Amino acid sequence: MKPIFTILFLLSLSGLSAQHIPFIKAGQIEQWKNTDSDTVYVLNFWATWCAPCVEELPSFEKLNRAYADKNVKVVLISTDFKRNVESGVKPFIQKKKLKSQVVFMDEPNPNNYINAVDSSWSGAIPATLIWSKRRNVSTFFEKKLTYEELETAVKEALK
Amino acid sequence: MKKAFSFLTFSLALFAMSFSPAGPGYKVGDTAIDFKLKNVDGKMVSLAGIEGAKGYIVVFTCNACPYAKAYEDRIIALHNKYAPLGYPVVAINPNDKDVQPADSFDKMKERAKDKKIPYAYLYDETQEIAKTYGATRTPHVYLLDNNRVVRYIGAIDDNSESASDVKEKYLENAIDALRNGKDVATKETKAVGCGIKWKKA
Repeated sequence: MKPIFTILFLLSLSGLSAQHIPFIKAGQIEQWKNTDSDTVYVLNFWATWCAPCVEELPSFEKLNRAYADKNVKVVLISTDFKRNVESGVKPFIQKKKLKSQVVFMDEPNPNNYINAVDSSWSGAIPATLIWSKRRNVSTFFEKKLTYEELETAVKEALK
Repeated sequence: MKKAFSFLTFSLALFAMSFSPAGPGYKVGDTAIDFKLKNVDGKMVSLAGIEGAKGYIVVFTCNACPYAKAYEDRIIALHNKYAPLGYPVVAINPNDKDVQPADSFDKMKERAKDKKIPYAYLYDETQEIAKTYGATRTPHVYLLDNNRVVRYIGAIDDNSESASDVKEKYLENAIDALRNGKDVATKETKAVGCGIKWKKA
């Protein structure tokens, strides 16, 4: 049953417009981390009100464009408040014309997923995990990234 | 040669520091340092100077962060409930005012006045206390006992968005355990919060 959900979810990620924001649960992190493929996941935790997060978004967008055909999957995981998804996150995506996939972390208790992302993550955002199970890659940052830092880590992951 | 080596060591240390401003910080069981920081009323406040305290609820928080704002009323309620029992809230704003102007000392004073904040709201201008404690985000709680031993680190409860949907009051449970001379069951939790606005190097 679970793999079917994963496939449906991954299809939904690729097929839908940026304006649709899938809600994910903590288990989705585990599913990404357990996906045995050549894909390198770039999971960025952000919020619309988080200034350093917003400042680094163009780097993720650039990465998403530059590595679109290179097995790199950028997912921008919003940790905004749930009540702000319709009124805040959606208009923000439109305004910024974000092309990377945006999902909403639908877990009111971050203890359910913080350690699943990376045990060293204290919970501060921005935070980014670059992960590939098959490639044995796990690079975690709890800070704002420049494009150079991001690309260096992704290139390393793709080696 | 020796000189060159020490310069290299020093440079490496600086390099390392620039990447981990918060350092490792305290773990549960460590003894926290006291401090002397300026309160919104202009007076200097230290933990030792708080009379009758049986412990301290040290909260790194600020004006501007939406998560900190969401917790403001709950922090006030915590202080009103626990200060009379010997566990006052001591709030510390660690954010650099140049990076986040809304967290300047003047803005703290305004916020304290507007919200009638009943606890000490201190400005960690050098960010030394936040670094020493290992705070990384706002809000970030350190519960200390009367010997300043860290007994709990983490979140106030399990739902930052909605106080009415809280299922587990981590911090209150920890304080109640301390008050009853019991071991704190959940000693460490995490929360998503705003990264502390460190000074630009």
